Amino acid sequence: MPKLLPLLEHAVKKPVWDCRMCGQCVLHSTGMTCPMTCPKTLRNGPCGGVREDGHCEVKPEMRCVWVKAEERSHSPVNPHHWEEEFHDLRPPVDNRLQGTSSWVNLVTKRDRRTPAGWAGESHERFSAVPGASMVEVDEPTTLPAGFHA
Amino acid sequence: MSRLSDLLAARTRPVVTAEFPSIDGGGLAAVEKAADEMRPYVDAVNATDNPAAHAHASNTSIAIAMMQFGLEPIMQVVCRDKNRIAMQADIMGASLFGVENVACLTGDDVTAGDEPEARRVFDLDSTQLIKVASGLAEGHYLSGRAIKEPPALFVGAVENPFAPPLDYRVLRARKKAEAGARFLQLQIGYYPDRLEHFVRGCVETGVTDTTALLPTVVLTKTARALSFMDESVPGISIPADTIRRVADAGDKEAIAEASYQLTLELSRHALSLPGVSGIHLTDFRHDGSLERLVRDLGIGPAFDPVATAAGTTAG
Repeated sequence: MPKLLPLLEHAVKKPVWDCRMCGQCVLHSTGMTCPMTCPKTLRNGPCGGVREDGHCEVKPEMRCVWVKAEERSHSPVNPHHWEEEFHDLRPPVDNRLQGTSSWVNLVTKRDRRTPAGWAGESHERFSAVPGASMVEVDEPTTLPAGFHA
Repeated sequence: MSRLSDLLAARTRPVVTAEFPSIDGGGLAAVEKAADEMRPYVDAVNATDNPAAHAHASNTSIAIAMMQFGLEPIMQVVCRDKNRIAMQADIMGASLFGVENVACLTGDDVTAGDEPEARRVFDLDSTQLIKVASGLAEGHYLSGRAIKEPPALFVGAVENPFAPPLDYRVLRARKKAEAGARFLQLQIGYYPDRLEHFVRGCVETGVTDTTALLPTVVLTKTARALSFMDESVPGISIPADTIRRVADAGDKEAIAEASYQLTLELSRHALSLPGVSGIHLTDFRHDGSLERLVRDLGIGPAFDPVATAAGTTAG
C-alpha cells in the first residue's frame, strides 16, 4: 500500500495541478496553484522577472504561477485561513521527499520537519547526539552530521 | 558593523550604493581601476553574482578584491547557480575577509544568459536565503550546527515594485523584512507612480521601520538602451512615451543629455519619497555621469555637506 499511494496521488494531482511530487504539498496555502510548476520552483512569492502582462520570465506563454496564486488566494471558495497562510514563510524544500506521497507525509508530519537552524536552534558540533535533528530513522543511509569528522 | 549599516541606521543623509561592473580579464588591476572611479561617490558597491546568468569573476572574489581597494562591498548571492551548502559557504568564506553586507536574490533564469542549456539550481528561494544568511550571523548554519564567533553580517535583498502582481509586492517586501532583510535595493523602474505606491505601502505596513529602501536608477546614453531594457531585461518595462521623449530629443548629444535628465528626474522623485533611505546607481555610460548625478543631487560621500562636516567622507 505505501508504494501505491504515491502513484495514486500522482494520478489525481498531476492532471489537475501539474503536481511534481515534491512530497511536501503546500497547494492550499498557495491559492491551489503549485509553486513547483514555477520554473524557479519559488515557494515564497514571485521573482522580479514577471513580465508586464503577468506572464513568466522563463516561459512567456505561461502566466506567472504567483500571479495566479495571488489571485486565487482570495477565492471565496477556499476556507478563510488558507488566505492567511498564503503569507507564511515556507521553509526550504526537503529534497529527500521528492517522489514520496505528501498525503503520507502530512499524516506522519514528516512534511513539517525542518532543519534545526530554520527554527533558529543550534547545537554544538560534537554534542552527545550529533546532528540529531538531521538523523532520519526511516532512512538508514543518512549518516548523522559529523560522522565523517 | 558595516559602514552601510551604520549610515542607514544614522539616517542623517541619503545613502548611495552602486553596481560594480562585471570583471572578466585584466587581473586585480581591472578591479582597482573600477574601484578608483567609483570610490569618491558611493558608500557601498554591489559585487554582482553572474548577472543576467552570464559567468564572470565570482561575487566572493570581487567583494574581497573591492575591500583591498577601499570600497565597501555588498555581496550579491543569487539562488540560481548554487545549492544551500555552497551559498552558506560563500557567505562564510567572504566574511573571513570582512565582507559583511550580503544581498540575497533569486537571480535571472539561465535562459536570460549565454548558457541557457545550464542546469538551474534554485535549491533555496531568495526569502529563504535571507533567513539562512541571518542565521549564520546568529551563530548557526541551516542544519543547526553552531558557529563559534559568528560573522557580523548585514543582510538585505532586492524587490521589484514595478512587476506584477503589483499589489503583492509590498507584502513580499514585508515577508523579506520579517525573514531578516535590513535593506531592499529596488529594481530599475520607469513608473514613478508604482514606486510611490510601493514605498507608501512599505511605510504603512511597517517595512521601513526595520528595512531601508534603496530605489535604483540607471544612467543610459541612448534611446536604444531604454528599448533594450524594455524588451530584453526580465522584469523591466519602460513606458513608450518615456522612450519617445528621449529618442525625439535631437542629435546624439541631445539624446544623451535627455537620458541624463530623465535619470536625474527619477532620482529626485525617488529621494523625495518619505521612507526612501538612499539610491542605488547602475552606470551604463561610464563617462563621468555618475559623478555629475551625485553632484546634482548633492548626495553621497563627496557632495553632502552634512557628511563632510561629520567627517564620514571617503578617502
